Amino acid sequence: MRIIRVSAVAAAAAAVLALAACGGGTATGGSGGGNTKSTTLTYWASNQGATLQTDYSVLNPQLAKFKQQTGITVKVQVIGWADLLNRILAATTSGQGPDVVNIGNTWSASLQATGAFLPFNGSNFAQVGGESKFLTSAVGSTGAAGQPPAAVPIYSLAYALYYNKAMFAAAGIASPPATWSDLVADGKKLTHGGNYGLAVEGASIPENIHNVFILSKQMGGSFFDSAGNPTFTTPQNVAAVQQWVNFMATDHIVNPGDAQYDQNQSLSDFAKGKAGMLLWQAAGTALKADGMAAGAYGVAPVPVESGTPSSSNPDSMVAGINMAVFKDSKNQAAALKFVNFMTSQSESVKLNGEYGSIPPITSALTASPAANQEQTVLRNVLSTSAVAMPQVPKESQFETVVGTAVKNLFADAASGKPVSAATVKAQLSSAQQQMQG
Amino acid sequence: MTVSLRRDAPRSRSGRLLQRIRKGGLPYLFLLPALLLELLVHFVPMIFGILISFKQLTLFFIRNWTGAPWAGLGNYRLVVDVHGAIGSALLHSFVVTCAFTVLAVGLSWLFGTVAAILTQDSFRGRGALRTIFLTPFALPVYASVIIWAFMFQYNNGLVNELLHNVLGITSRPSFWLIGHNSFFALVIISIWRNWPFAFLCVMAGLQGIPRDLYEASAIDGAGIWQQIRRITMPSLRAVNQVLVLVLFLWTFNDFTTPFVLFGASAPSPADVVSIHIYNASFINWNFGEGSAMSVLMLIFLLLVTAVYLLGTSRRRNNA
Amino acid sequence: MPSGLGAGAARRAGPRRRGRGRGRGRGRGLMAPPPSFIWTRRIVLTLLTLFALIPVYVMVSSSLKPLQDVTSTFRWIPDPLTLSAYHDIWFTVPLGRYFLNSLIVSTSAAAASVAVAIFAAYAVSRYGFRGKRIFTTAVLATQMFPGILFALPLFLIFVSIGNATGIPLYGSRGGLIITYLTFSLPFAIWMLTSYFESVPRALDEAALVDGCGPVRALFRVVIPAALPGIIAVTIYAFMTAWGEVLFASVMTNNTTRTLAVGLADYSTQNNVYWNQIMAASLVVSVPVVAGFLLMQRYLVAGLTSGAVK
Repeated sequence: MRIIRVSAVAAAAAAVLALAACGGGTATGGSGGGNTKSTTLTYWASNQGATLQTDYSVLNPQLAKFKQQTGITVKVQVIGWADLLNRILAATTSGQGPDVVNIGNTWSASLQATGAFLPFNGSNFAQVGGESKFLTSAVGSTGAAGQPPAAVPIYSLAYALYYNKAMFAAAGIASPPATWSDLVADGKKLTHGGNYGLAVEGASIPENIHNVFILSKQMGGSFFDSAGNPTFTTPQNVAAVQQWVNFMATDHIVNPGDAQYDQNQSLSDFAKGKAGMLLWQAAGTALKADGMAAGAYGVAPVPVESGTPSSSNPDSMVAGINMAVFKDSKNQAAALKFVNFMTSQSESVKLNGEYGSIPPITSALTASPAANQEQTVLRNVLSTSAVAMPQVPKESQFETVVGTAVKNLFADAASGKPVSAATVKAQLSSAQQQMQG
Repeated sequence: MTVSLRRDAPRSRSGRLLQRIRKGGLPYLFLLPALLLELLVHFVPMIFGILISFKQLTLFFIRNWTGAPWAGLGNYRLVVDVHGAIGSALLHSFVVTCAFTVLAVGLSWLFGTVAAILTQDSFRGRGALRTIFLTPFALPVYASVIIWAFMFQYNNGLVNELLHNVLGITSRPSFWLIGHNSFFALVIISIWRNWPFAFLCVMAGLQGIPRDLYEASAIDGAGIWQQIRRITMPSLRAVNQVLVLVLFLWTFNDFTTPFVLFGASAPSPADVVSIHIYNASFINWNFGEGSAMSVLMLIFLLLVTAVYLLGTSRRRNNA
Repeated sequence: MPSGLGAGAARRAGPRRRGRGRGRGRGRGLMAPPPSFIWTRRIVLTLLTLFALIPVYVMVSSSLKPLQDVTSTFRWIPDPLTLSAYHDIWFTVPLGRYFLNSLIVSTSAAAASVAVAIFAAYAVSRYGFRGKRIFTTAVLATQMFPGILFALPLFLIFVSIGNATGIPLYGSRGGLIITYLTFSLPFAIWMLTSYFESVPRALDEAALVDGCGPVRALFRVVIPAALPGIIAVTIYAFMTAWGEVLFASVMTNNTTRTLAVGLADYSTQNNVYWNQIMAASLVVSVPVVAGFLLMQRYLVAGLTSGAVK
């Protein structure tokens, strides 16, 4: 009987525990007091630093400073990228969420369509400093054109070409390629003895989509027409996808094994000198973690088809993080104050400096010099030649279906199947049909 | 199944009326907690989900979901239209899921049963083996799938190292996470995660077989293989009936394994239905469409389960 | 057929002794198995051991590598070896808190689920009552609806309950416990029913004749006899809660986060700490595997009476 008694006690204890645990966590701190002196804001921060703990240690002193200035307490929760979108979904449907939230800037138009966020119309925008405070390219990725932004940029990033200096020297290449045909030529020189010219993340949806988007832009193409309808099968898009996959299929400057990569293996291949070039957003910190010294690689703008990079011949998408205020927030005024604080010149310099990102605040860019060559290149790209991803509500679906198409084509290329314009078009056409849902 | 327990000895301290109420009401009382919990966590959300499948619950309406317009059969029309992109992709994925489920369940059950029967007699190291067999079950899913993804890498994976370099079975390294092999990669991981459960259930089931059945048959001269066939397997029928069904439903609806392995886009040969439903619901935020897909799968699973239970119960009754 | 009464009497004679199951109870015994059986056993069990353990070995070896070696060329024995991941795991992510949350949630959910299921299964296996078939079928049907779909409705229900009553189900461990216990409940009921069915009715009938109430008959006769099944179901219920990802991702906050989703925090914006993911998984699995080891002795216990059928 002993066992039974023990298990009965355990069950009872569990029930008590379950009841006790109900008090475990509260959802939101929005107490709704009109007086901002005693206001508490809840802030969901995205993960930017090396670990979530790093984020807390970067943010907490700033939040203390904000409290000192305004009397407003900010409770921060750093949320990993695996959960952030689902948590925002939960907050949107239930109305129980934080006051202020960080979002990936490509989500802006989708989240804007839900109506969950406070629109930054004239007066709201003015309270956080107005449009002129922010970098133009970054403001381009805050929601659909013609509507007040759903969010404002806080951290920005761009793509650059990373190249292995020693491998370039050994292959006799004097300077990084400025056009794609140069990249292929250099890639061929670098490809021998198990090493390859370029490393790509062939099974990664975001990496694929960002790269083909830029290639298509450089050819004057677009994945959506002005009415927001998908135009995936235009000749430019087909050519862009084919060019990207052909780095593996016909140019053979990409290791066929890269077709399976989607856990940042291309980054570590580059760090170990198995590939001479890499297209990445601010790879510096990650390369360091993978054991590559900062002096071992150079950073250059991403190549273009021809000419020089400019806003009409872009070489990067605008990557980064935006900050939004929930419409359901009971402390909108305080929330806007907080957004204004986090995007102020001094905070922007400080926070972006900590995270190795680019301040999307014009005055912050002029006030702080670039810390290294990588930063110089990225800042220049962002200011002059980066364009926003399509600002349509179905942006995430677009990324998934087209990214998957490219992933499938890489799989074909890796197994030696030819990737013709017709195959590419068929994949893109099926992707486009899936957008109808 | 329907024999009532007869209680011939009335108890003096309770009245007859009270006893009748208790007798009739008691089973319901026993069921009550389970019923309430099921209602809260499964039935109400399920009905909710079925309602949503008739609604146009897209990202434009999720904030005010009660106000989402009705879609009639619109969502269903879209997902069953096998000539359209969404319908044909769903059909393909349904076929993949069925093949995946049959293979993974069959082999998980086989591995688990064989292991349980072979460890039925005590021998040295049996306890250690039993623990080892349960280990895959204890490891967090996320890490387990990630480690399999490492092992399936093209250049640096253990599987290619073993098949290609050590054993020389394949002439060149294979891709496991893209192309046709991705299907088998998914099956292997699913088996690895699920067979310990089959092992556990069968092992517990074996404890219920009375030893004298074996003794009697041994006296009749039956060998060990005959005993397994004539005594062990028939005695496990009740456990197996539930076990196979559990594994089937689990595997069919498994979302975590394919999602951690492939992310939101599985390669076409391993494109299981749960990923489609996830994409529609959580990537595209079109819950109407996701619900319609789910309801169709629900109907399919109900049919399969009904046929399965009828078939297996008849066999059990005949046996 | 020997009478059930006799078995009941034997049972009443004294509390069950645990040790007996091992020495003489189960197993086929008597004849030594033929060599064909022994060899099949050796070969098959070796293969299954390799299948179960090779990924575990890869996990161990990955956890002992410096981060930059984890994704590089495969080596059976890592070189260089480092234990730093086992130190770092505690600082990269609040692993201790996640672990504690998981332990509380999974243990409570498993215990409560089994307790609820025992009563339900007892009713189903021992009583005839109206609506029985509907109940069993309906309970099973709940397992067919993909969790992905009712995640959102359930979440909304929890939020509404929270708004109406002030009980914070969303974001609390309590909400997660209720959810998980219900997840494992249907199969727990079904499996326990089939384990209970294998316990001869004569046993509890005898107990009833002896004057036990149905609840006492359940506790004194049926539960001890079906203990291996109950243990198996407990392990199942624990593991269901232990590994669940989707609901945990939506319904927990930073203080109530469980391990299954918390491990993803080792993968950050710029870095994925593979070696730490592996080390953390191994560390948290140790207590679970130890729990299995402890449970084992009850798994092989069970009916000791040899004269019931």
